[in-house]
Amino acid sequence: MDLVTPGFGLIFWTSVVFIILMLLLKKMAWTPILNNVDARNKSIEEALVAAENARDEMSNLKADNERILKEARAERDEMLKEARDIKANIVSDAKNSAKEEADKIIASAKAVIENEKTAAISELKNSVGALSVEIAEKVLKAELKDSDKQNAYIAEMLKDVKLN
Amino acid sequence: MKKLLREVIFSIVVLLSCVNAKAAEKEHNNNNNNEEEFNSVEMIMHHISDAHDFHFFDYTDEAGVKHAVSLPLPIILFTDNGLTCFMSCAFHHNDDGTYVVSKNGENFVKYHEKIYQLNEGASSLEFDEHHHPLNAVKPIDISITKNVFSMLLSVVLLLSLFGAAGRSARKNPGAPKGILAFLEPIVVFIREDIIIPNVGEKKHKKYIPYLVTVFFFIFFNNLLGLIPSGANLTGNIAVTLVLSVFTLLITNFSANKDYWKHIFLPPVPKALYPIMVPIEIIGILTKPFALMIRLFANITAGHIIILSLISLIFVFKSIFIAPVSVGFVLFMYTLELLVALLQAYIFTLLSALFIGQAIQEHH
Amino acid sequence: MDFGAFAAIGAGLAAIGAGIGIGNIGGSAMEAIARQPEATSKIQTNMIIAAALIEGVALFAVVVALMK
Repeated sequence: MDLVTPGFGLIFWTSVVFIILMLLLKKMAWTPILNNVDARNKSIEEALVAAENARDEMSNLKADNERILKEARAERDEMLKEARDIKANIVSDAKNSAKEEADKIIASAKAVIENEKTAAISELKNSVGALSVEIAEKVLKAELKDSDKQNAYIAEMLKDVKLN
Repeated sequence: MKKLLREVIFSIVVLLSCVNAKAAEKEHNNNNNNEEEFNSVEMIMHHISDAHDFHFFDYTDEAGVKHAVSLPLPIILFTDNGLTCFMSCAFHHNDDGTYVVSKNGENFVKYHEKIYQLNEGASSLEFDEHHHPLNAVKPIDISITKNVFSMLLSVVLLLSLFGAAGRSARKNPGAPKGILAFLEPIVVFIREDIIIPNVGEKKHKKYIPYLVTVFFFIFFNNLLGLIPSGANLTGNIAVTLVLSVFTLLITNFSANKDYWKHIFLPPVPKALYPIMVPIEIIGILTKPFALMIRLFANITAGHIIILSLISLIFVFKSIFIAPVSVGFVLFMYTLELLVALLQAYIFTLLSALFIGQAIQEHH
Repeated sequence: MDFGAFAAIGAGLAAIGAGIGIGNIGGSAMEAIARQPEATSKIQTNMIIAAALIEGVALFAVVVALMK
């Protein structure tokens, strides 16, 4: 029976000691410890959110970068293509104009040559004609006088011709 | 830590100063008397009951004089004339009501660890057949007994450990270091796994100090009680009574309308009210009563079993029983370590559960 | 004290009852854990609570036995 009869002294001391202990521990331990835990939890949560945000931003940035890069690449390609076209145009234009010029030059040269040739031929014809007429005249003249004289003349003429 | 050390040194000094004074009293002059009959029940009851001094062991010197080595504790009494204080070594280990201590004209005797104030003219305690004292009255006794001393020791331990942890938490917020790293997870466990699920997220903050303190108070005192020659504090019904009364008060003072409605207007046919309402009212008391008995009986039963196993050696008066006995005691000790934690957990959990039931909103 | 023997018998009977009760709880908990291993911690907690409650009843008997 003694065992299950609570003693007054212990009841008194337990109540007093426990209440004081509870108040002291609340102030000294539970409040700072749990505040610390809560603050840490909060900071971890915030850090997680911030990390999430940063990741999102990062991926956005990356997407942006990619887009810009893509655009730039397309632009470059465009420019290159344009340049190539321009080059091809220029070259073909140059080729064309050069060819035209050359054709023109060749044509004019041909014309000049033709003209010169025609002129030379006609001059040759004229001089051959004149020479033939002259020869014929002289021959005829000599034949008409005597034969000796004609001969002499022909010889002389031949001599002249040779001298010529 | 320094505080604790100082206390220990102080205790040793007091202890040594008292050893000689009491030596002469406990005389068992010849060896025959040392062979007294071993009474295991008496020994066990002595160990699990409260005492007015912290008794460690006895030894017999060459002259055959039996000495008790114990730490005397202050005795504080309220008598009709007011407060009376003296050290327990004044009784010189007399526990059968024959050694009279006179203080302020009042005479006190100690009988079975209870202090009686003798009436005028009486020289020793006498009882009637119903074991009521004939010639003495019981003064109000608020002595620092073995249990109170042990409780104060646990308070010093708790305050130094958790004070250090709290300081550490205040000083460097962030990751816990040192003692805090060890204690913080336990505190967080109590909050996250015991208090919040049972009391509810919304209102749990108010009950944290009580529930966490009660957990560590019970746990530390359970462990201190397991130290050989330690006090059986949590196995004392007065302590568990106080703790369960705290739970009872907190539960009923924080109870909401639904709780009282459930008690006084239970959802049963009106004809059953005369039966149900008293049952519900008794139910208010039985829950903390069960808490009280559970803790008391678990711890006391553990102590009794360990002491009984040890007693076997002396009952059989054989050294060969010792290995068996020690083996079983070792097993029980391990089990008791688990029980020490488990009972602290259960007490906290059920307290949280009762509080949660009282404050929960019914749908 | 003659009454002591009866008290011991009573305590023994209470121990039998509590043993059966806690055995049932333990068995059922094991079954439940085997069926739902992911709920182990929750089952364990509830098992301990139930066991403690039954143990409490048994200890009432012990206390009554102590009240000589």
